[in-house]
Amino acid sequence: MADIVLDKVSKKYPDGTVAVRDVDLEIADGEFVILVGPSGCGKSTTLNMIAGLEDISSGELRIGGERVNDRAPRDRDIAMVFQSYALYPNMTVRENMGFPLKLAKLSRSEIDRKVEEAAKVLELTQLLDRRPANLSGGQRQRVAMGRAIVRNPKAFLMDEPLSNLDAKLRVQMRTVVSRLQKKLGTTTVYVTHDQTEAMTLGDRVVIMRGGAVQQVGAPQELYDHPKNLFVAGFIGSPSMNFLHAAVDGGRLRTALGDLPLGDRLRRTLEGADAPRELILGIRPEHFEDAELIDDAAREHGGEFEAPVDLVESMGSDKYVYFSLEGERASAAELDELAADAGAGDLPSSGSNLITRLSAESIVREGEPQRVWFNLDKIQLFDPSNGRNLTLEQPAAASVG
Amino acid sequence: MASLDTGAAAKWRWGLLDLVVVVFALVPVLWIASLSFKTTATLTDGNFIPREWTLDNYRTIFSTDQFVRALINSIGIALIATAIAVVLGTMAAYAIARLDFPGKKLLVGVSLLIAMFPQVSLVSPLFEIERKLGLFDTWPGLILPYITFALPLAIYTLSAFFKQIPWDLEKAAKMDGATQAEAFRKVIAPLAAPGVFTTAILVFIFCWNDFLFAISLTSTERSRTVPVALSFFTGASQFEDPTGAIAAAAVVITIPIILFVLFFQRRIVSGLTSGAVKG
Repeated sequence: MADIVLDKVSKKYPDGTVAVRDVDLEIADGEFVILVGPSGCGKSTTLNMIAGLEDISSGELRIGGERVNDRAPRDRDIAMVFQSYALYPNMTVRENMGFPLKLAKLSRSEIDRKVEEAAKVLELTQLLDRRPANLSGGQRQRVAMGRAIVRNPKAFLMDEPLSNLDAKLRVQMRTVVSRLQKKLGTTTVYVTHDQTEAMTLGDRVVIMRGGAVQQVGAPQELYDHPKNLFVAGFIGSPSMNFLHAAVDGGRLRTALGDLPLGDRLRRTLEGADAPRELILGIRPEHFEDAELIDDAAREHGGEFEAPVDLVESMGSDKYVYFSLEGERASAAELDELAADAGAGDLPSSGSNLITRLSAESIVREGEPQRVWFNLDKIQLFDPSNGRNLTLEQPAAASVG
Repeated sequence: MASLDTGAAAKWRWGLLDLVVVVFALVPVLWIASLSFKTTATLTDGNFIPREWTLDNYRTIFSTDQFVRALINSIGIALIATAIAVVLGTMAAYAIARLDFPGKKLLVGVSLLIAMFPQVSLVSPLFEIERKLGLFDTWPGLILPYITFALPLAIYTLSAFFKQIPWDLEKAAKMDGATQAEAFRKVIAPLAAPGVFTTAILVFIFCWNDFLFAISLTSTERSRTVPVALSFFTGASQFEDPTGAIAAAAVVITIPIILFVLFFQRRIVSGLTSGAVKG
């Protein structure tokens, strides 16, 4: 077990493309860190560089305090679980799991003992003599994990290990992975493109975009205080609503109506030399059916009325969709997020708004609905560089 | 035409078609076999099943030193050429499938060029070269050109096989603590085995059947292979027809090929890589 330190690690390919740019990351011993981002953001390349499967172009990688840039994967003592599982099809489960030990020249009996032990942890004991071809997806995944844990490495690297499983099994395996990591206490770096996985699994989450780290933090911190538009839009499901907003005197003109600039927002806009055109971000759960709001809450909130587009009743809450008139929020980050979600070319006029209202709320599609929203939870972003302007305030200010 | 016809009628139709193909391919072989068991007197009677069975023809060919020696030459030369071509081809194909190196396309192109080159046009230059180098009428004198022409075939077949093997397996092996060589030997090579055996069979058949080089680059029993030796068969006297002996020899030389295929067929298990990755 060891800590992993990435010091200005970059990956540049011979053709000039930069896949990973100056990544600084300190992963503590026993920590579970998630690398997350849309495809092509450099998260897998970063993982492969830690593994030693790809060369580091510049920067330094230290595992347990030792520089390992020029060491072969086998000399780094780390194990990896691949997205494809990469089980050896010509070997049984037992041989697959014992392979690293065999290469390490352990004695026959010791290999057997360790394999049995790992198989017990992962409930693979019954399957030890089968071949990978005769296993289900979830079983193969567990064998891949077993092959990693069997030799007790300094760290685990996992490259989207659950993405080939079906939705239900994925949720189940997520808890298995999480429990296993807690139990073994081994430093783990986990790559995923699924933000739910990132939020639920990691001690800390590293959000990457275009080869650069956007923000590193605990899941809740990323959710509450995203550093920029990209992080704000990437974390959360359904994702944050973004609306165009213009500063006009003491008020903010938005598709939700003219909003008063409270002290918090006013200070924000004065402090940074903020542009007059902004992007307003507000999460779906910060809306509520206006009729269900008590007066105390009503005071630090705003309200708007619009016809309901669509209602998705989840049982515990209702997702209510509105389409609002007015200018759309536009920024490079938002286009990228939309493209990653596969919605890049969906035609839409005006802005779409997703709200999460409580289940008691009575909403009907097509009919106008009054909706309250929490002004204290509004975040403002600079459209030119995506920076979160509201973040400059200490966290206490936004608690409201 | 909407769905594949699997009715009884279709089965008969396909069965009949298969039968025609098999008969078409096998009748000449069976005819040769039949000739080899006939006596000299009944050779030309046109009967498919010999009226008089005899093993004389086989006795004749094995009693002459000429045929036995040629058989040894053939087996030796073909096995050595196959072994070398497959080993070299495996390494080259692995490099082509896995690595990006400068001149890769050129290498593949040139090897394709070799395969396309008409062999007959190379016979006289090869003859001259081998005479100068003292390779004429020796085993290496045949093994070398066989390797040359078998390699493109080997590289092509094998690189297709290597490309099918998920690269992740090799990465996994390296993560598990294998060196590059161990990863190749313990993980990649066993998975490529069907490809290697297929290639070995093809190369062996190519070397075994070759007549052109064998007749041009040999002159004595020292290195003459069976296909050539066959053409030098004569009857007991000038007036005697060696047809029976040739037929017997032809049957004998088909046997190693059949054995070779049967032996390796067990190793050619398709779908060996299934279960490695899900993708």
